[in-house]
Amino acid sequence: MSEVRKGYVRALDIKQGRVDMSHGSGGRAMAQLIEELFARAFDNEFLRQGNDGALLPPPGSGRLVMATDSHVVSPLFFPGGDIGCLSVHGTINDVAVMGAKPLYLSAGFILEEGFPLADLQRIVQSMAAAAKEAGVPIVTGDTKVVEQGKGDGVFITTTGVGVVPEGVELSGDRARPGDRILVSGTLGDHGMAIMAQRESLGFSSAIVSDTAALHELIATVLATDADIRVLRDPTRGGLATTLNEIAKQSQVGMMLQEPAIPVHPEVAAACEFLGLDPLYVANEGKLVLIVAEPDAERVLAALRSHPLGRNAADVGSVHADPQHFVQMTTGFGGRRIVDWLSGEQLPRIC
Amino acid sequence: MKYVDEFRDGGLARNLAASIAVEVQPGRSYSFMEFCGGHTHAISRYGVADLLPPNVRMIHGPGCPVCVLPIGRVDMAIELALRHGVILCTYADTVRIPASDHLSLLKAKARGADVRMVYSAADALALAQQQPERQVVFFAIGFETTTPPTAVVIKQAQALGLKNFSVLCCHVLTPSAISNILESPEVRQYGTVPLDGFIGPAHVSTIIGSRPYEFFAEEYRKPVVIAGFEPLDVMQAILMLVRQVNQGRCDVENEFARAVSRDGNLKAQNLVAEVFELRREFEWRGLGLVPYSALRIRAAFAEFDAEKRFPLSYRTVADNKACECGAILRGVKRPWDCKLFGTVCTPESPMGSCMVSSEGACAAHYTYGRYKNMEMVNP
Repeated sequence: MSEVRKGYVRALDIKQGRVDMSHGSGGRAMAQLIEELFARAFDNEFLRQGNDGALLPPPGSGRLVMATDSHVVSPLFFPGGDIGCLSVHGTINDVAVMGAKPLYLSAGFILEEGFPLADLQRIVQSMAAAAKEAGVPIVTGDTKVVEQGKGDGVFITTTGVGVVPEGVELSGDRARPGDRILVSGTLGDHGMAIMAQRESLGFSSAIVSDTAALHELIATVLATDADIRVLRDPTRGGLATTLNEIAKQSQVGMMLQEPAIPVHPEVAAACEFLGLDPLYVANEGKLVLIVAEPDAERVLAALRSHPLGRNAADVGSVHADPQHFVQMTTGFGGRRIVDWLSGEQLPRIC
Repeated sequence: MKYVDEFRDGGLARNLAASIAVEVQPGRSYSFMEFCGGHTHAISRYGVADLLPPNVRMIHGPGCPVCVLPIGRVDMAIELALRHGVILCTYADTVRIPASDHLSLLKAKARGADVRMVYSAADALALAQQQPERQVVFFAIGFETTTPPTAVVIKQAQALGLKNFSVLCCHVLTPSAISNILESPEVRQYGTVPLDGFIGPAHVSTIIGSRPYEFFAEEYRKPVVIAGFEPLDVMQAILMLVRQVNQGRCDVENEFARAVSRDGNLKAQNLVAEVFELRREFEWRGLGLVPYSALRIRAAFAEFDAEKRFPLSYRTVADNKACECGAILRGVKRPWDCKLFGTVCTPESPMGSCMVSSEGACAAHYTYGRYKNMEMVNP
């Protein structure tokens, strides 16, 4: 008596296996990769619907915010995080700085043929953990595979959707003369953590990326009901670039006080060593706030009450300036422009 | 940061500024050239000029390796990368220098050239070891500070018997450039560049020592003060120069005694002498052909000389007609005297080399100081 056995599919060989072209072909191998790797890690009721798109309940009130961010960081793993959690934090932060409560994420993967499945699993699990910790589920996704040499391991694009309650008005054009400029902590940690990992630099350091989801810190600040004009996360281009963008949008000038700007001593030393300026180095877990002057103290206290805002500081002020310059009083006693970044300080850091 | 912040102390800066203000004689003007781009950068970044009396003027010199590199040498590097298919390794700023045919090394890279940014000559050598099937060329630029490391990798390549590593040598010499400026008609005949003294290089002098400047002090009657690259070093050097001028002295003084000796680093000097020899002449951007102002690789190391390994020829290329880099590098003009400055020539799309490197006079002024030429809001 012979019995036809049920179709048996060997489980993915996570330990030794590598991504191959069949994982992007739309066939069984792709279904298996999604099933065993992505769906298992990201599991939630919306993903379980198993359709081409996620069916989501409409938000009760408020306005929708949508933001997207592609991540091509190299190296993929760095002290303090990896491309997985970075891709979750980055998009949550883009939604949250609009004053929104982030609700859902999507994730698109471009994988390079030959990429180790073990590394992919590590990245996916890191993403899942970050999404879970933030309370923002990944509800839909996509995977494509490109031939070897046509990608750099893995690229991840995430899109986030959130809701801004009525009455919350944050925008880059709302800075006004007299406003204070606050930052939520030390600057340049992420960029220098990545830089220190580059093998060719040959120096080791204890600098750790600051990658973190900022929506709870932002909620704490918004709960003070203070007159907050602008929120931004100073990622690529650092604080200098973010402030120049705001100055241009709001048609104002700014004056920073160099001694007030928090920079981790190790970051300052590494920047010195490499000839970089921490004001231009990327952050992935920091907030820049432009706040009406009377409320600045209160907002600073709220920031400092949250673990992610412990080192928050008031670093300068907004003034009228038809040329929209960001200036800085240096610790040396002189004055200088803090200009837009020209060229590239670091290649591919987020 | 210990050992760094001490040299950027605002309180000490104000004290030095007060001393300078007391010692300068009213009715007399003081013009000092800081030779090095490192000093130019420090003066701009920390706003040193804001702390000086109006009759003390700083003139930016040609000591920025990227700025003085002539277009023809960059063209050679691009040709190596595009036509000869080599891996071209270079220090980062160099990739943005505008060259012929609207190219730069960065643009050549976008057209398929394999251009790598390295932090040291040793990185280029390591790359050659990792990729024995590819020819690797190190685009060696810079003054006496960067020359010894290039000598080291050439010797190492020889010891390792590498067949795929060579150097496009563009190393130049500080004293020849200073002589050239002092001999220029602007200084000697027309007096359009008033020069009362020099701030001597910091890092270069750690290698060559303070002795080579003694000639300038004696022969040309110009005081020289060698200074470190921190803003307080520069302020102190200015004070020392003011005193020399007031006392009618023309000495070589060493403010940077924590790193510079009279004889310099003899080991490095010997290494350089073993690997390199003087070129009869070399073209400098801004200064033109300067005799005995650059180095080439000695015959004993010819196989590591990219100019011998590949069929390359040098062609002089004129600057854009409106570009004033040449005059700016000689101290004849200032960045804002150039019609291109801040209009079509910006750090994003530099026309001339002074706008490329952060040590270039134009880039430093554009990035840190251009507000001085505008009506500024004082909050």
